[in-house]
Amino acid sequence: MSFTRAILAALTVGVLALAGCGSGNDPLREDTEQQNTSESGDSIIVGSANFPEAVLLGEIYAAALEAHDVDVQRKLNIGAREAYIKALEDGSIDLVPEYTGVLLQYFDKEATAAKPDEVYAALQEAVPDEFMVLEKSSAEDKDAVVVTRETAEKYDLKTIADLAPHAKDLVLGGPPEWKTRPTGVPGLKEVYGAEFKSFIPLDVAGPVTVAALKGGRVDAANLFTTQSAIEQNDFVVLEDPKLLFTAQNVVPLISKDKASETVVDTLNGISAKLDTPTLRDLVARVEVDKEDPATVAKDWLTENGLA
Amino acid sequence: MIEWLSSNADTVAYYFAWHTVLAVSPLVLGLAISIPLGWLARRHRSLYPPMIGVTGLLYTIPSLALFVALPVILGTKILDPINVVVALTIYTVALLVRTVADGLAAVPDDVIQAATAMGYRPLRRLLQVELPVAVPTIGAGMRVAAVSNVSLVSVAALIGTTQLGLLFTDGFSRNFMAPLIVGIVLCVLLALILDAIIMGLVRVLTPWQRAAREQQRATGAVVGSPKNGLRRLPEVGRAS
Amino acid sequence: MISELVAWLTDPAHWSGPEGIPQRLLEHLGYSLLALAIAALIGIPLGMYIGHTGRGTFLVAGLANALRALPTLGLLILVTLPLISRLPGNLGFLVPSIAVLVVLAVPPILTSTYAGVQGVDLAAKDAAYGMGMTGQEVLTKVEAPCALPLVFSGLRSAMLQIVATATIAAYVGLGGFGRYVLDGLAVRDYSQMLAGAVLVAALAVVVEVVLAGAQRLTVPRGLAVGARESRSR
Repeated sequence: MSFTRAILAALTVGVLALAGCGSGNDPLREDTEQQNTSESGDSIIVGSANFPEAVLLGEIYAAALEAHDVDVQRKLNIGAREAYIKALEDGSIDLVPEYTGVLLQYFDKEATAAKPDEVYAALQEAVPDEFMVLEKSSAEDKDAVVVTRETAEKYDLKTIADLAPHAKDLVLGGPPEWKTRPTGVPGLKEVYGAEFKSFIPLDVAGPVTVAALKGGRVDAANLFTTQSAIEQNDFVVLEDPKLLFTAQNVVPLISKDKASETVVDTLNGISAKLDTPTLRDLVARVEVDKEDPATVAKDWLTENGLA
Repeated sequence: MIEWLSSNADTVAYYFAWHTVLAVSPLVLGLAISIPLGWLARRHRSLYPPMIGVTGLLYTIPSLALFVALPVILGTKILDPINVVVALTIYTVALLVRTVADGLAAVPDDVIQAATAMGYRPLRRLLQVELPVAVPTIGAGMRVAAVSNVSLVSVAALIGTTQLGLLFTDGFSRNFMAPLIVGIVLCVLLALILDAIIMGLVRVLTPWQRAAREQQRATGAVVGSPKNGLRRLPEVGRAS
Repeated sequence: MISELVAWLTDPAHWSGPEGIPQRLLEHLGYSLLALAIAALIGIPLGMYIGHTGRGTFLVAGLANALRALPTLGLLILVTLPLISRLPGNLGFLVPSIAVLVVLAVPPILTSTYAGVQGVDLAAKDAAYGMGMTGQEVLTKVEAPCALPLVFSGLRSAMLQIVATATIAAYVGLGGFGRYVLDGLAVRDYSQMLAGAVLVAALAVVVEVVLAGAQRLTVPRGLAVGARESRSR
């Protein structure tokens, strides 16, 4: 039975690791050596943010590159942008799936571009010299301010602008990084004049956020537009007429010295095939059907002849 | 769940291996450090209270705090597994120093005198007589340390260290029970295995103790001799 | 790094509001004391009963050993996931976490109370019965006071688990000092993380010292000599 086999496999590896430990073949050391030697040739460390869609995109990049004989190491699920950009800077990772709009705002706080192509053009300018963004895909996943149907009806909310006058009575929830991000609490205040009663740090659009919104611990929360939780819970996505959340096309951000022809071609191939409905379906397979991101990634790549 | 496990066996095995290494290496390091420290505390009685006091206070620091603070002290990166090893070594030492000192203190005087009379020099006497006699006590401390290390390692998932705890955070972020339950089961399994290994080692190292052990088992895991009022609690170990 | 830490800790902005240090301290202490109180209400009477009657001793060793092997983070998530969206408002976040804290705190309290009662000098108990005390009187007038120092040391061990686990519970949405660590981690704000770590370590140490001091006061005068030697954990 597969369960017993998996347990046996786990035990064997555990014992081997112990034995290796004893013979001075320390796995701790091995790991750092791998990182150091991966500087040469077509090798790459793929990172990602800490939410399911980002992990899925990371898996898609990683599996496609592996199929093209690139030596891939995965460091997925790292944290917020503020965290993994630092990892990119110090060389702990080389490639990360990104979103055009938020990334532009991260590199250029003054950026005003809002439409997909404008944002992408501005982003190419704004990215620091060591990095580059490859082709953007048409797949979009925006940050959104979401309320329950009940709240929407009570205050007659359709847009974030409708929310602003009531904000002082409402509690906002979102990932911890929203507190300081230009597209988070500061942006809502600046662009819409929405100053909330308080902000409660939750998780990155995960079960904590969904439960907090559903249970009334927060009145408005940050979710992503590709998430099935919005439909499942009958949440209302508030429109964003002033384009606080600009175009958010999925785009690979990569260290320039890792952008070999094979790598670039492979990743651009992915961006060409990926669109918003596809992304939403793939994310639903991970979030709703609980499929493994690696499996979902491989399936899609195979279907599209990318791996 | 079984379906999930079979399609993720590689990852799970990899996490399990790391978890084992992260839980076991502090145990070995901690023992190596505790023996000389415990011996010192036993040899120079004045050192006992401050040593126990300081290690006791270190022991109260929550693991998450140590994982976060150590990189600053050690100059490591936060994802370096070495932080976890150092933090758990600190806890293990805090537990074992006292166990070793008390274990050595419990060696009967006539045993020590007999060994000295047979011409054992202090170091050889320590290694070949006193430590072996103290093995059951030290072993009991090791068992507590081993089991709590397994739980402590999983906490490091919050800062992203590779081990079974990542199954917990994965399960949570996707609202998915399978990885969560597999992770918990494997953690418990690992704890039981380590516990059994240490028990077995103690048994092998103390062949003369067989009879006493039978008796001990009959009375259960409960506290020492009530007659002198010097009652010590079974160590609880820290779990987070 | 140290200067950044000091700067963070002394920034007046971090000392007020719903995310200020006083508020987070109140949360952390509040959850911890609540959990400790519930655990004590369960553990002490149960431990006294088992110690006095000798019935159900298997619970003591078995429970403590079994629970010790459970990974706390896993347990927190396991309890939180099914409940978080079924309970209204803040309860979905509070109830699961507090429940886990209680579950972790009961075994040390139970074990030490049991050990305290069970370990009371047989001669003392015989004398008490000889004086005509009923079983209940022996428990309340002899066994309970004699067990008090050990009960207290159980409370200390329990509190140590609680304060540490409450830090981790920030991951499943609880407040307290753990928030600084996790919120800081999310944006790689090391000074905030470190401040959280330092605050929670300080809290744990202060709680330990206070409880250790309080424990001394609980020792009945007649037992003071023996108990001082016996220092617990």
